[in-house]
Amino acid sequence: MTARRQFIAGALALACVPSAAQATPEAVADAVRELLAGRQVRDGALTIDVPPLVENGNAVPLTVAAAAGLSVVALHVFTEKNPQPHVLHARFTAATPAARVATRVKLADSQTVLALAELADGTFLRARADVIVTLAACIEDPT
Amino acid sequence: MSVRGLVSAPARVKRGDVFEVKTLVAHPMETGFRPGFDGRLIPRDIITRLTVSFDGAELFAMEMSPAIAANPYVAFPLTLEKGGVLTVEWRGDNGFVAEARIAITVE
Repeated sequence: MTARRQFIAGALALACVPSAAQATPEAVADAVRELLAGRQVRDGALTIDVPPLVENGNAVPLTVAAAAGLSVVALHVFTEKNPQPHVLHARFTAATPAARVATRVKLADSQTVLALAELADGTFLRARADVIVTLAACIEDPT
Repeated sequence: MSVRGLVSAPARVKRGDVFEVKTLVAHPMETGFRPGFDGRLIPRDIITRLTVSFDGAELFAMEMSPAIAANPYVAFPLTLEKGGVLTVEWRGDNGFVAEARIAITVE
């Protein structure tokens, strides 16, 4: 195969990736349903700290924190438009009385970040944050 | 490639005080969704799990996905009843293992 044909084949494959590699709101809903397994969920007492507008989706600072005094077993974070709905699942113990986790994530597009806190009594807290991303991670051709 | 992880925490803490532990590790976190120059997808190579233990007991753990940025930074609050060595371990695809330790005195 000539170099030009190889290039065209590569360019076509590149162009096809974005449509294939995106989770859908349904995929997120499925992942959340699997996690909840019918248990109760309510909004509030959970905060997502993420910039509302980010220029570079390759490293977006994200902090998820549950309100003080709650007995949190785990924090879960999901996104709608990344290739996969899962972002992180953090497990807490008695040595981590304040359930908070800070990290940097990739965001493939402007989208809603969903956080769930799993409490010791088996119920869940939910919070959402909208983020606008001007340069997306992974999907866009960087050239 | 030399693999390196870092952990940062105060060397001396008061019993029961909540302090911040910060961890950082050098890793590309290749998502497996990105095409290379030949148009084929670059295989996934990520850290899948961060474990923080203290005297053999697991205090904090985090499962990671490709959506975690390269060179994963993770910070979380912690409290200790007695002094000892805090061990942070990262495990990932292709047998990736990195470890960092820090001694903490509780007064």
